[in-house]
Amino acid sequence: MAEPNDMSVDRREFLKGVAAGAAGAAGPVTANAHAAGHGHTDDHEHQDVPSDLALRTKALESLLVEKGLVDPAAIDTLIDMMETKVGPRNGARVVARAWVDPAYKKRLLDNAPAAIAELGYSSGQGDHMVVVENGPSVHNLIVCTLCSCYPWPVLGLPPVWYKSAPYRSRAVIDPRGVLREFGTELAADVEVRVWDSTAELRYLVLPERPVGTASLSEEQLAALVTRDAMVGVRKVMPTPSGGYP
Amino acid sequence: MNSVHDMGGQQGMGPVEYEEHEPVFHAVWEGRVYALSRALRAWRKWSLDTDRYALEVMPPVDYLRMSYYERWLHRLEQQVVKYGFVSRDELQSGRPAPGSARANPVFTLATADRWQNRGIASSQDPKVPPRFKVGQRVRARNINPTGHTRLPRYARGKSGAIVRDHGVYLFPDTNAHAQGEKRQHVYSVRFTARELWGEAASPRDSVHLDMWDDYLERA
Repeated sequence: MAEPNDMSVDRREFLKGVAAGAAGAAGPVTANAHAAGHGHTDDHEHQDVPSDLALRTKALESLLVEKGLVDPAAIDTLIDMMETKVGPRNGARVVARAWVDPAYKKRLLDNAPAAIAELGYSSGQGDHMVVVENGPSVHNLIVCTLCSCYPWPVLGLPPVWYKSAPYRSRAVIDPRGVLREFGTELAADVEVRVWDSTAELRYLVLPERPVGTASLSEEQLAALVTRDAMVGVRKVMPTPSGGYP
Repeated sequence: MNSVHDMGGQQGMGPVEYEEHEPVFHAVWEGRVYALSRALRAWRKWSLDTDRYALEVMPPVDYLRMSYYERWLHRLEQQVVKYGFVSRDELQSGRPAPGSARANPVFTLATADRWQNRGIASSQDPKVPPRFKVGQRVRARNINPTGHTRLPRYARGKSGAIVRDHGVYLFPDTNAHAQGEKRQHVYSVRFTARELWGEAASPRDSVHLDMWDDYLERA
């Protein structure tokens, strides 16, 4: 990883000192600046020296805590929430409910924030949700070309690919090509509707319920619904994908 | 501003790289940067729009080279100095200046629930009349501001139709620069793929963008 230009040698030495000396407030520092694209088994390239980014973060957090600007316990809680409480499981429950309950589906399409709140999910990037429905002749795809807008309460934080230049640049000009890379082939007579999240509206795709699932319970249906299907890059398959997303 | 963050329609960025079983954060520091950024914004010294603009003004080469949370870290280091939370010396030394005042965090366990909500005002405001109606034909204005805007280049000058009125929202182009909220209606505007990209695009496909009143004119 390239060196940030504004980091002097002195500052790097200082940061290493912080990392060595500061036990605790910010939790353990790990080196994993090369993370994207790697699996996370512990048996490769383990480094004892924290990355510069980890050091800079640790130094900044220590300073902000010392100055009383942030509460480390609240920081822990915020992280825990995004890692364990918010995620595609929430959206999958919304989708499964809409599949089994036509009245709920109508409420969801008419007033998504209220219908989503019925299941207990609300706030944070979801205040102004819009749900768009896939069907035999319409396929919807969500993107944020300008940054990384994403429906947090129902899908959690976005994956790296969603925030990446290839997806953001191509989803609007070549949606069918992007979909093909995800293995989603659409017939020419299907209308592709791309939703670019340029304002504070947050979009969720209501995927098509797969055929052959008439006997499944709402819970079993929820287990079929993936993050990728709710962004619109894949369809829901009639058998579980082996976990999320 | 017309910078590299405005990616819609750019070419040459390569295929989408997909990671199986991707973790929420790839390293501990990413989660800390995410949470620190949100906790600091709770002080309301700057807005979400201000934060977006802070990424947009990054040199394009840095923007493309850095990972997502590296950009956030870079931004956070800049914002805390710019808005007076810490001095440049404190950021460099990592320690509070002798005798500096100690604050009380506003984002705490007790207030965390409240701060989860980003505080977007209600989208309903009968005092702000819409300039356009559902079904009306509109054209996105051809503007090239050097400040923050949420009107992507690929839609400027293009014609579409209003398909939904989302209600009233703060105007990011002014709100990002502390020039007022300028509340106005936001609409979902449907552009055909052919209007945006020419005759080679599928005749059935479309792109919907959410647009403020000030981005639109009658077509």
